[in-house]
Amino acid sequence: MTASVETTLRSGVEVRLEDLRRRYSGVTALDGLSLTMAPGELVCLLGPSGCGKTTALRLLAGLEEADGGRVLIGGEDVTNVPANKREIGMVFQAYSLFPHMTAMQNVAFGMQLHKVGPAERRKRAGDMLELVGLSAHVHKYASQLSGGQQQRVALARALAIEPKVLLLDEPLSALDARVRARLRDEIRRVQLEVGTTTLFVTHDQEEALAIADRVGVMNAGRIEQLGPPTTIYSRPATPFVAEFVGLTNRLPGVVKGGEVEVRGTRLPLVKPDSSDGAAIALVRPEAVTLASDGDMLPGPLIGTVIATVFLGATSRVTVDLGDITVLAQLPTSDAAALTAGTRVRLSLRKDPVLLARDETAPTEA
Amino acid sequence: MVGGRRLSLDWIGAVPFLGYVALFLFLPTVIIIAGAFASEGGLTLSNFANLSRPYIISAIISSVILSAVTAAGGAVLGALLTYAIATGNPRGIFRRVLTSACGVLAQFGGVTLAFAFIAAIGPASALYVYLSQHHLDYYGSGVWLYDLRGLELVYLYFQIPLMVLIFLPAVDGIKPQWREATESLGGGTWTYWRHVAGPLLAPAFLGSTLLLFANSLSAYATAAALINQGGPILPLQISNAITSEVGLHEPGFAKAQAVVLIVIVAIVSGLYAVLQRRTARWLQ
Repeated sequence: MTASVETTLRSGVEVRLEDLRRRYSGVTALDGLSLTMAPGELVCLLGPSGCGKTTALRLLAGLEEADGGRVLIGGEDVTNVPANKREIGMVFQAYSLFPHMTAMQNVAFGMQLHKVGPAERRKRAGDMLELVGLSAHVHKYASQLSGGQQQRVALARALAIEPKVLLLDEPLSALDARVRARLRDEIRRVQLEVGTTTLFVTHDQEEALAIADRVGVMNAGRIEQLGPPTTIYSRPATPFVAEFVGLTNRLPGVVKGGEVEVRGTRLPLVKPDSSDGAAIALVRPEAVTLASDGDMLPGPLIGTVIATVFLGATSRVTVDLGDITVLAQLPTSDAAALTAGTRVRLSLRKDPVLLARDETAPTEA
Repeated sequence: MVGGRRLSLDWIGAVPFLGYVALFLFLPTVIIIAGAFASEGGLTLSNFANLSRPYIISAIISSVILSAVTAAGGAVLGALLTYAIATGNPRGIFRRVLTSACGVLAQFGGVTLAFAFIAAIGPASALYVYLSQHHLDYYGSGVWLYDLRGLELVYLYFQIPLMVLIFLPAVDGIKPQWREATESLGGGTWTYWRHVAGPLLAPAFLGSTLLLFANSLSAYATAAALINQGGPILPLQISNAITSEVGLHEPGFAKAQAVVLIVIVAIVSGLYAVLQRRTARWLQ
């Protein structure tokens, strides 16, 4: 689900992270990270473990101090403001509900700290639990709720204080796949409804692409590419992004004259000024098509199907070309006949490709 | 077995434990209770009537005070030490050394412990001799090491490490996310302890304090080694009733006193179980 924020009432504020730096005992966690989030926007920071995404979120929350840079919320510099004064709602990875409080008490707790009266607290806590679909569980303790229900309560608790910013630190990672997908959509629905500017941290690319207005792909303490999910997927700015987001075939080729020749097929380059020589072309499985009819004389693009994986509307076919294997993603109706052992002829769609040897592509803002 | 329910054999693994409990807990308890009601001619309540003797009432009160003071002192000091351990590096040498030391010291009692204190701070110790020569006579108003005040100090020596051992799992169960969640909701350190960590740890703290109370109440060897005149606490009175050399050999009366100890410990253990169950539900 990538519903447009423009269709909702925006009550959020702008959030800016400027040149944030953080080191832990000599190891750089954040290396000058900058990010501007529009009011009401949901931005996902996506990256592998240790890339700095959680550090960025914790600096925004005020749970850690930056070595350098600034944090601005609604135009106000909060870099040196303690966490409990930043008006931020946060949902943690797991197990953050107070176990000695019921769901209702958990949600009401933040309002109690903000001096909201008991009657108003109960009403708003009830409303928030209804918003996340847990009206029937208000008197249950955390240990009596499933993992997904606990995270819904945590979301309600974070939103109950009407925060300026909502932070979600891998809130779905401890849940099973079905619950994860359902709660992901639920979080997005609620976020659109309340319009709070939201930063969502995850290492799950599917989650990030499904939920975010914009995705920031992080590597080594920096955002390598920031853009809408479709752009991140279809026009990755760097080889890291291309390989981290979605599946990618790494096909050996030779660069010459602004193109790369891969097994007899010349493909345009994202960056035509790449120097000539051997290189690895990064080709999406969707850019590979297969044909099982016609001439199957031995050639660089003739191979044998070794596996077909049903994914629903599409199927992923693995083809052995002798020296390498190539993944192709096809409509399931086209892949139905491609059982293991079928001889096929590959063709590569002439989309611009990135080269794995090139690590210096610019960041899209 | 047609038509019947199949017998579960799951309990077989617990047989050694159940045998142990039966032999070393239930059987002695039954013997004590039965003996407390027995006399040469049959059943009697006279052993319980004798509990109203003034020196016995005084011993019961002293035992309860001694246990309460050392339980409270051990619990507070032990909790502070536990917090220091729990907030340190979980794999650090500080934690490993302290928890190992607590495991040993919690079991360190009896004659050895009494002698250690006599040698370290007793009236013949080098420390006392040196300090008394420099106008710091801590026995100026009497040698308190050999009365209840001395017992309180000596008992703390094993009560504090015992508190660390039984309270540390509860403190370890407190998750850092709870503090961060409190902060993100607008609370500070006081709020966190007042509304989150405090209520979460309170049952475990109280439960541990009850265990310390029971531990102190039933301690005998240390007191016997340190106090050789009279019997200011109940375990020593029980000993006197059994081993008196002045013709007051009253085994039935000793058993009646032991029943008093059993009742107090049973109440304390019951309260501990209730508190533990509550904590376990929260921290699971």
